Amino acid sequence: MLLTITTSYSPATDLGYLLHKHPDRLQTFDLAYGRVHVFYPEAETDRCTAAMLLDVDSVGLVRRSYGQHRENFALAEYVNDRPYVASSFMSVAIAKVYSSALSGKCKDRPNLVQTPIHLSAKLSILPCRGGDKFLRRLFEPLGYSVISERHILDSSFQEWGESRYYTVTLERQCLLSEMLRHLYVLIPVLDDEKHYWVAEAEIEKLLRHGEDWLSEHPEQEVIVSRYLKHQRRLTRQALTQLGDVGEDEEDVRLCETEIEENIGLNEVRLTKTTEIIKESGAKRVLDLGCGEGKLLRKLMREKQFEEVVGMDVSHQSLKIAQQRLHYERLSEKEQERLAFIQGSLCYRDSRLSGYDAAAVIEVIEHLDKPRIAAFERVVFEYACPTMVVLTTPNEEYNVKFENLPAGKFRHRDHRFEWTRREFESWTADVAKRFGYSVMYYPIGEEDSVVGAPTQMAVFTQ
Amino acid sequence: MQIKIPDQSLVVLIGASGSGKSTFAKKHFKPTEILSSDFCRGLVSDDENDQNATKDAFEVLHFIAAKRLAAGKLTVIDATNVQHEARKPLLELARKYHYLSVAIVLNIPAKLCQERNETRPDRNFKPHVVRNQTSQLRRSLRSLKREGFRNFLYVLSSPEEVEAAQIERQPMWTNRMDETGPFDIIGDIHGCYDELVELLRKLGYEVETKDCDIPVIVSPDDRKVLFIGDYVDRGPKVVEVLRLVMEMHRNGIAICVPGNHDVKLVRALRGKNVAQTHGLAESLTQLENETPEFREQVVDFIEGLVSHFVLDNGKLVVAHAGMKQEYQGRASGRVRQFALYGETTGETDEFGLPIRLNWAEEYRGQATVVYGHTSVAEPEWMNRTINIDTGCVYGGKLTALRHPEKEFVSVPAKKMYYEPAKPLHETTEAKRSIGNQKDDGILDINDVIGKRIISTRLNHNVTIREENTINALEVMSRFAIDPKWLIYLPPTMSPTETSTKEGLLEHPAEGFTYYRNQGISTVVWQEKHMGSRAIVVVCKDPEAARKQFGVTGDTIGVCYTRTGRPFFDDATMENALLNSVKQSVERAGLWKILDTDWVCLDCELMPWSVKAQALLRQQYAPVGTSARVAFADAVASLETTGNRGIEVEELLENYQNRSDTINGYVDAYQKYCWAVDSISDLKLAPFHLLASEGNVHVDKDHLWHMELLSKLCSSSENGVMFRTSYGLVDLKDENSINLAIQQWEELTSQGGEGVVIKPMGFVVKGKRGLVQPAVKCRGREYLRIIYGPEYTLQKNLERLRARGLSHKRSLAIREFALGVEALERFINREPLSKVHECVFGVLALESESVDPRL
Repeated sequence: MLLTITTSYSPATDLGYLLHKHPDRLQTFDLAYGRVHVFYPEAETDRCTAAMLLDVDSVGLVRRSYGQHRENFALAEYVNDRPYVASSFMSVAIAKVYSSALSGKCKDRPNLVQTPIHLSAKLSILPCRGGDKFLRRLFEPLGYSVISERHILDSSFQEWGESRYYTVTLERQCLLSEMLRHLYVLIPVLDDEKHYWVAEAEIEKLLRHGEDWLSEHPEQEVIVSRYLKHQRRLTRQALTQLGDVGEDEEDVRLCETEIEENIGLNEVRLTKTTEIIKESGAKRVLDLGCGEGKLLRKLMREKQFEEVVGMDVSHQSLKIAQQRLHYERLSEKEQERLAFIQGSLCYRDSRLSGYDAAAVIEVIEHLDKPRIAAFERVVFEYACPTMVVLTTPNEEYNVKFENLPAGKFRHRDHRFEWTRREFESWTADVAKRFGYSVMYYPIGEEDSVVGAPTQMAVFTQ
Repeated sequence: MQIKIPDQSLVVLIGASGSGKSTFAKKHFKPTEILSSDFCRGLVSDDENDQNATKDAFEVLHFIAAKRLAAGKLTVIDATNVQHEARKPLLELARKYHYLSVAIVLNIPAKLCQERNETRPDRNFKPHVVRNQTSQLRRSLRSLKREGFRNFLYVLSSPEEVEAAQIERQPMWTNRMDETGPFDIIGDIHGCYDELVELLRKLGYEVETKDCDIPVIVSPDDRKVLFIGDYVDRGPKVVEVLRLVMEMHRNGIAICVPGNHDVKLVRALRGKNVAQTHGLAESLTQLENETPEFREQVVDFIEGLVSHFVLDNGKLVVAHAGMKQEYQGRASGRVRQFALYGETTGETDEFGLPIRLNWAEEYRGQATVVYGHTSVAEPEWMNRTINIDTGCVYGGKLTALRHPEKEFVSVPAKKMYYEPAKPLHETTEAKRSIGNQKDDGILDINDVIGKRIISTRLNHNVTIREENTINALEVMSRFAIDPKWLIYLPPTMSPTETSTKEGLLEHPAEGFTYYRNQGISTVVWQEKHMGSRAIVVVCKDPEAARKQFGVTGDTIGVCYTRTGRPFFDDATMENALLNSVKQSVERAGLWKILDTDWVCLDCELMPWSVKAQALLRQQYAPVGTSARVAFADAVASLETTGNRGIEVEELLENYQNRSDTINGYVDAYQKYCWAVDSISDLKLAPFHLLASEGNVHVDKDHLWHMELLSKLCSSSENGVMFRTSYGLVDLKDENSINLAIQQWEELTSQGGEGVVIKPMGFVVKGKRGLVQPAVKCRGREYLRIIYGPEYTLQKNLERLRARGLSHKRSLAIREFALGVEALERFINREPLSKVHECVFGVLALESESVDPRL
């Protein structure tokens, strides 16, 4: 909450003119979220320091924001770092209290405003998402020398590790207005958070304060993206206005290849599932654990399926699936083909009986082992569709994923992952007990030693 | 004319317009029982006489009628109903809901009807309309019986007859609600007379059978026997059995329903051509030596039996082969069919026996259904249904179920009288009932989703809103432990009313005042530990776990959080903890004292940092570290500024004070954290001994709980069990109150979280229903980790004092009632779904939005 700016320009006390704040007085300003105090711990001719102390009203913050933008901010907590760290609150304070200095105006010292002087800014607590490296990548290209000190979370509990807070000093020979504009933009970028709703007006602020430096900054994209709270539409718009259309296109292409790599396997899985169900001649199909509806979309494309039902335990996922499939805009006839139900694979559900096929894609590994018995009965005994297509990761294949540490599952929510042998013995047992026969298909590129990344079992009555 | 109509019937009034149907209906029935076509026309068109609205009006009428029939309500259709096409859908409805149909015909001359219509301004029919209706009615009279108004057809042929008619409602034959027992329900006898007499004697009946033909029976303590059919066939003494059963039935000691064998025997006796298989031949041979009069009596007896009975205020249903919920108390061919034979798929198994549809598995009714028909080795509960045919004639045993005690009494067969088609011990029910749960352990989605109203012993009905069940379904499915272990979830707890004492938000005085105002004289305070809530269920051994909870494997218990999630990710740690608890229970002798092989404990598990690691690292420690640096820097710069002679003293002091609050905050959370490397670093502090075999201990006061738990904790070898300090407060005695306040001050000044204040009794009713089972009163320092480090500043406190407790308190009561209900249902061996419904309800209520800081 403390920002000090020091200069060794002589006479250093001219800093008071540049900031429009008298060095020998404590001045206090009221802002919407609390108060700002400006005072000078030192004011000599060879060295002068102006301190800006933010006093954020922590209780007021919660009581105002509670129920308002509850989902957007962590402000609804009384136990909150916001009052103590440099954040978008600091940017607002700079814009309000140092407004003339920020815009490079000074009636009394018109020449000094245009003269680069030695300046040093110290932020007593700055949250840096991305750490010291990222901090330097932001400020060093702008010509600052950076000194940073990281703080440990709790010295009594060393094992908890480091915090994301740094005490940071930035030094440079430059205009005060330049430094303030850098701080205005980059503090919330480092914090990666904003205390207010970010909308289009935010682009204008960014471009204004980044006018002469942002378009050249090597970290331009991430700065824009973080400043605009990762809202893609706004980010694209801002980058276009910065004149970086070429790079923008490249960026989008790059993202796609990245995503393709990720969904490549999923795509294969879903295509194969659709194919198998289609070949069976099924007309009425269930997607159990449909998530956000990727498989549903494929199934809907096949006119053979007269009824497609997506079930998921998460109401939120179903809402997203409905949006992704544009349910509201479908014709009445198409709407009749498609249904969404909230349900759970741990509960018997008469709504699921009488279907020709059910897909259970990448679902069982999200169930706790003790619930598998219920799952088996819900699907194979009660719903008992003519065909069940079921996939799950092949644990043996995990060694092939470079980014996956040994012994870890592919997803944080996976409760287990099975080897091919474990999977085959489970499926064979289920098939025997419930009167199904079972076939196996490898999904994805098969390795001669560890097999395919995904294993699929197709049960038929 | 005396018009007799059964309680559950669909009464169809038939008469032309102006014949006086509406007047007749109003005179004899409640307004809500009457569904009038005119009224429905009005509903859909604003005009009761708009003939264009007829189609829609009847759709509405049939819809409402269906709802009423499903609910078992007598319903009167007030429409002309003179055409066969109009009556047909009504008769179909009655059939669908197994209702009896009653026709009351108002056969009034057309002329009179017309005159009446003319006096009414809203009816300007042409004369031919009424004439047509009257002639249609006359033509219908001949066919009404055939259409389906077989037993209840009444024709009133003049205004005088209409005027004189009386309606008499009769209870359904199946309705014996007023018979409350106690009962001894006896399964399929099949001529096993000796075993029957032995069983009756074992049940306490005196049976005198010497020389006289007619036995003399005396029942103990007004008990009654319920026979559930199949008296005859296969066994050696069919005649003796019949004589005994008929006599007991005659003098009211027994209530009987028929079995399929009995009905078949009667058809044979009546000379019908019946295949003499399945033991029928034996019965006929034995009956041949009897007099024709006796055979006639047998026929009369069996033909007079009603398919099934609903008894004991609807709590008990008996039928030979079982009874679905939808059929209970109803009358139709299909209901009778079900009672005698159950439901079969039409296929047969490898033994040539019909494959049965398992209605019991899906049964969700409130009434206990007792039945027989298919032999099982042991009676087994399934969703409040039980088959007590233990195959006496096949060499098994003859079993009686005592109601309401739910005890079994049986006598073994003297020999195998008849070779069973399939061996007795191989029960067809592959899914055996599991452990303590009277069902097969599968939960149905309809047990939990949608708006739910759960009736609880403590607080009447608790309503769960649909949107809350939506959230709970996800949490329960994805994160909760196996529902078989999940027999309880704890309620939320409200703090005391906000204190107005300087520098404080909470103080025990408000807690004491609250309970005093509820008329309570003694309360208990208990130290509130700052850890995480943990429910621990522990069994004597894996076998007890399997038997009582129906789980598989070698686990002896479970430890879960207040939202039903596993407490530990690490099974080794959980097992170590459970074993420590088990050993303490053993050493404290609780298995014996409580006569149980399992216990359920409500506890706090410390340290807080075990469960709250993420919270500490992402929220608590960062706030501490950033605030400390920030304040240190701010104070230092202000001091330097002050040294220059600038006026900053006030601000400096403000910042110095606030800097202290940060230290207080860090101290507060650090107290609740310590590293856990092994089990001995954990502290488990139990404060409720919730339940053990056969008992939910909410009938004991908190002193009982605390004393027993102290004993348990002092029996802990490795010190994992942690004793909770507590004290009694006499609310009439100022000294006692002051002492308790002093103890709170001491406790909280040393970093304790605070205390929980409870009425002495576990469940206490006050003037306005249940009293809060507990309120918490947290310490000044502890509250920093709830309301932020700087909450104690005067300007902050003033604002924070505005907090409302009423929603939290109402929630606490509802959750408390549901939690206790879950335990009660569990120990009463109710089906898993009934227990689960309650815990699911608690979880659903927890998604209501309440200020999380309360």
